[in-house]
Amino acid sequence: MDQGPGELEAERDDGRRPPRAVVGSHRIEEEMFGRAFDKSILRRIWGFVHPYRAKVFVTIVAMLIFTGTQLLIPLIIRYAIDQGMNPVASDRSAQLAAVGAFLSAILVNFAAGYMQETLDGKIAETVLFDIRRAMFGHLQKVSLSFMDKTEVGRLMSRLQGDVNSIQEFLETSVYSLGDVALLFGIVFVMLWLDFRLGLLTLSVLPILVIVRIVWLPRARDAFMAAHETNSVVNGALAEAIHGVRTIQSMDRQQVNFILFDDRAHANLRTQLIAARYALVMVPIVDGLTGLALAAVIVVGGSMVVNSRIDVGVLVAYLFYIQRFFDPIRSLTLQYSIMQRAMASGKRLTDVLDVKIDVQDKPNAEVLSPEMDGSVEFRDVTFGYDPNRSVLKNVSFRVNPGETVALVGPSGSGKSSAMALVHRFYDVQQGQVLVGGHDVRDLTQESLGRQVAMVLQEPFLFTGTVFENIRYQKTEATRDKVMEAATAVGAHDFVMSLADGYETQLGERGDNLSLGQRQLISFARALVADAKILVLDEATANIDSYTELQIQKALIKLLEGRTGLVIAHRLATIRGADRIIVLQNGQVVATGNHDELIAMGGLYSKLYYLNYASFDDIPEHETTVQAGSQT
Amino acid sequence: MNSDAVGSATNALNSLTHVEAARWGRDLSTLLRITRMNFRHPWQVAFAMGSTIMAAILQLLIPQLLGRAVDQAQTAIGGGVAGSAAGQALWTPALLLLAVSALRGLFTMAQNYFAEAVGHHVAYELRLAYYDKIQRLSFSFHDRVHSGDLITIGMLDLQGVRMYFSTALVRVVLLTMLIGIGAYMMISIDLMLGLVALSFVPFVAWRSSTTQLRLRATWLDLYERLSVLSRVMKENLAGIRVVRAFAAQSYEMLKFDRASKTALGLANDLVDIYVPSTSAMTLSFFFAMGLVLWIGGNKLIAGEISVGTMATFLTFMTILQMPVRQIGLMVNAFARASSCGSRLFGLLDQEITIRDALEARPLEISDGTLRFHNVSFAYPNVENRAILKNLSFEARRGETIAIVGPQGSGKSTMAHLIPRFYDVTGGAITLDGQDIRNVTLESLRKAVAVVQQDAFLFTTTIENNIAYGDPWAKRQRIERAGEFAQLHNYILGLPAGYETVVGERGVSLSGGQRQRLTIARTMMLRPSVVVFDDSMAAIDAGTEQRIRAATRRFAKDRVTIIIAHRLSALLHADQILFVDNGEIVERGTHEELLAKRGRYRALYDLQARPGDSI
Repeated sequence: MDQGPGELEAERDDGRRPPRAVVGSHRIEEEMFGRAFDKSILRRIWGFVHPYRAKVFVTIVAMLIFTGTQLLIPLIIRYAIDQGMNPVASDRSAQLAAVGAFLSAILVNFAAGYMQETLDGKIAETVLFDIRRAMFGHLQKVSLSFMDKTEVGRLMSRLQGDVNSIQEFLETSVYSLGDVALLFGIVFVMLWLDFRLGLLTLSVLPILVIVRIVWLPRARDAFMAAHETNSVVNGALAEAIHGVRTIQSMDRQQVNFILFDDRAHANLRTQLIAARYALVMVPIVDGLTGLALAAVIVVGGSMVVNSRIDVGVLVAYLFYIQRFFDPIRSLTLQYSIMQRAMASGKRLTDVLDVKIDVQDKPNAEVLSPEMDGSVEFRDVTFGYDPNRSVLKNVSFRVNPGETVALVGPSGSGKSSAMALVHRFYDVQQGQVLVGGHDVRDLTQESLGRQVAMVLQEPFLFTGTVFENIRYQKTEATRDKVMEAATAVGAHDFVMSLADGYETQLGERGDNLSLGQRQLISFARALVADAKILVLDEATANIDSYTELQIQKALIKLLEGRTGLVIAHRLATIRGADRIIVLQNGQVVATGNHDELIAMGGLYSKLYYLNYASFDDIPEHETTVQAGSQT
Repeated sequence: MNSDAVGSATNALNSLTHVEAARWGRDLSTLLRITRMNFRHPWQVAFAMGSTIMAAILQLLIPQLLGRAVDQAQTAIGGGVAGSAAGQALWTPALLLLAVSALRGLFTMAQNYFAEAVGHHVAYELRLAYYDKIQRLSFSFHDRVHSGDLITIGMLDLQGVRMYFSTALVRVVLLTMLIGIGAYMMISIDLMLGLVALSFVPFVAWRSSTTQLRLRATWLDLYERLSVLSRVMKENLAGIRVVRAFAAQSYEMLKFDRASKTALGLANDLVDIYVPSTSAMTLSFFFAMGLVLWIGGNKLIAGEISVGTMATFLTFMTILQMPVRQIGLMVNAFARASSCGSRLFGLLDQEITIRDALEARPLEISDGTLRFHNVSFAYPNVENRAILKNLSFEARRGETIAIVGPQGSGKSTMAHLIPRFYDVTGGAITLDGQDIRNVTLESLRKAVAVVQQDAFLFTTTIENNIAYGDPWAKRQRIERAGEFAQLHNYILGLPAGYETVVGERGVSLSGGQRQRLTIARTMMLRPSVVVFDDSMAAIDAGTEQRIRAATRRFAKDRVTIIIAHRLSALLHADQILFVDNGEIVERGTHEELLAKRGRYRALYDLQARPGDSI
């Protein structure tokens, strides 16, 4: 590296795309289409529709009535022409009857259509929101190990894309039933009006069906490609927006532009191909319609001439022909919608079926705020994977009001121990006791109220500073919030923000510095006013002034509380009443700073190595010591 | 008092119409601009428009052909023409119908295809222009504008502009032709019956336009609500540990329900706006048809018209029903294109504040000396708050300059001025005597590398990320950069090694690992000036020490500037600048500054014995 990098310019070959440059790639795609019909998934979807079954029934009835009137209208016109308007033998009463029938038909059509569309649209929306709520609620309860290994983006696409395709499926299903009814209705009426003419006209239908069957898979590939290139190009754009500072400082604009042009051009190309596939059906359908019309005119016309049928029948046929390709078109679309819904439904049920590991017992007790605030581990063995224990037979006790620092190299099990106090996971063996109760006998809600946690990465929510500080205690007053902020030393900088406590924090509080976010998260824990505080100290290096402030705040936070601190900083460790040294999931030593130094074990070694933070110590420095300690 | 009120009301009205007029003017110019862009594809536009006209004319022929066929069949009975001859006569309209239908289909296909093609070509051009603009707009712009807004403009607004040609312009022609000529034909066949048949047109046109505009407003509202809902869910999932830690699940459900209910309410509103309106339109259409049946029936009985004419009218009505309903969509397309377009063009017209001067020349590096001459700086919009005041210092090749100071003292700003992420507002920065504002940006940024505080990783492999600034790099060099940043062993331990995908959708790296990757990335360039902008904050002390050792070798033939909090990082600097409030308050080597017993000494004491201060 000393001589600096090699011969950049010489390697460059104009016209060739740089081999290591990509924009907006590496997307992990999910299967878009499933089997069109999956009984078990349909049953699950039906489970969500079930509460609205009465409405669904009404919708279907309204839809059938609506379809019926649609079929009826050409028949009434036929009647009007043949009976009511016959210039040879006109019949007033028949004309009146026809108009009366027509009026009633369109009014019924109006009412049924109105009802069906409103109910259908609303049921589908409501079910969408119900499914989303069920999933969101489920995610609040599933084990954290599931959440740890599942990306947020993936869950979000469950909660948004997948529920939407179910909604689309539900909404179009009723229309599809209507289409089926209409198709059968038209076929029936045509055959009923005149069997032979009907048969002749309907002979174009199989042609269309065959064309659609041949067309569908190819068209779908083209549509998928267009969809895919579109999301790629949008992904590339989003990447440029988010990474613009890096792009500019690395001077990648030109390379990126060329690559983006490739992407955008691929999108243009696939979009035009998809348009061709979509549009090729237009002349085919129009041609077939023309064919059917011509057949009816030639054959039907001669039948009229020969008085085999009335002229009104001819007119009615002309009306039906113009309608009967619609159902076939929408039914083939529905097939794709169903396949997509099944694929989405599969993914949704996968999430909904994730087991909830940590659950309140039926007779779980409420942890009283009056409990003593002690924490005890009794022979605790725990691992995320039952075969690989992270903690092995760990026992220790933190007395009420005491501050205990957990130290040890990374992977020693500190964070897991902390998570167990809050019962994020259940132990495999042994017991964790809070206030003398096994955490598994308590309600999670009451346990959470008494164990406040401060995590290493201070996570804040969109909203005001005020709302963030009283996150757990939404009833906390402004005075209470200010008091807490003042106690941890956050008040001054909060007041210097544009709107003080009413300042809106951006996504994850990104308009504050790390140190400031840390202080807000301390204030938040202070307002929660729990008996026990579990804290994972931040490892990131903040400037010394803020650091000092945080140290002071920490002391304030621990005042009068039982504290279990995963400590990284020497200052914190030395301030603790007791230190527990963990290594490889086992407690290797306990005592205060001086005692541990005197013992001359791992702790003193770590101390004299002079690392700022205990987890940073490379593995080889600690492993040597392990044997002599245990 | 009273006249005052009237006066102010008039004023308000005046200013309102003023605003209105300005808005219309802007809308119009936006639409004109999009139209001009469309016409830059004259052949496709011509084909699209030509096909549209042909398709409309052919479609309007169908009712008459049908009517003629019906009449021919009808008169054949009355006239007593021989069956076979009548049968022969029917072939002509039948074949004509077949031909007209098929041709209409072909022209409709061409119309839609060319219309789409125009839109997609315009979208392609706009997309490139937008991407280019985004990449070039300076940091101060990106500081000010929310990235989410930029994404919305680049995706949704771009679509709105793309659809303008097919959904607005082509539709104007199509609808004018169909409705205009259709109405003319009906009226010229029979005035009275024509007017009756057209009676639904004004109502449906009005209803569909107002409905579409209301739908659009509600839809935008819903979109906003859905993004709130999506944010609530996303934050909950990302912060699930905090949620659990505070046992706040029920509060989170409450937040979810609140966001969800308003969104559902709006979604239902959409149904409530849409359904009554379409139902009413259908009813009015059928009602007009009923009138045609009644009045036409009377005329038929009276012998004034034939059954064929009746069939013609009924077919005309069926044909006109869709276009009339589409008037609303067309109005909406104009509204959408103008609001989307004005946002998009607003961005494309942004001036790029930091760019090459007219006579900019490539930077020529000789000694590699960096100099700040009385540099002052204030961010745009807050010009009265100076971040840097009259700063001067010099750094020669091989030297390491360390900058310390409290938060907000202006350290990072100094780092950002050197590659011209921002321009100085007073004084000058020179590299080998050349003012950095007089050299090309490209050459400057090749010479100056900043290792940023917050590392952005691209969703691609680790090796591509390291080679980001030098995408032609050989694997060997990439691995050396990995070793330099103390990341090599970690990378080899990953399942796919250097080919492991990281970033938003890949393996997530810790803060320290990300920073190390950024360091490796910067080391791939061959900068004459390298600035570490607090870029090791999340890296543990031991690793940092090793990176420092490597950096020292690397620093021999370049200027190194280190901004850091950890004093251990500064000890070896040739010069330390203590910055506070935008000014250099102390400068010297570590020993000199300690001896001074000033601000630096105070900081040193604070860090060296943190335990004692508590």
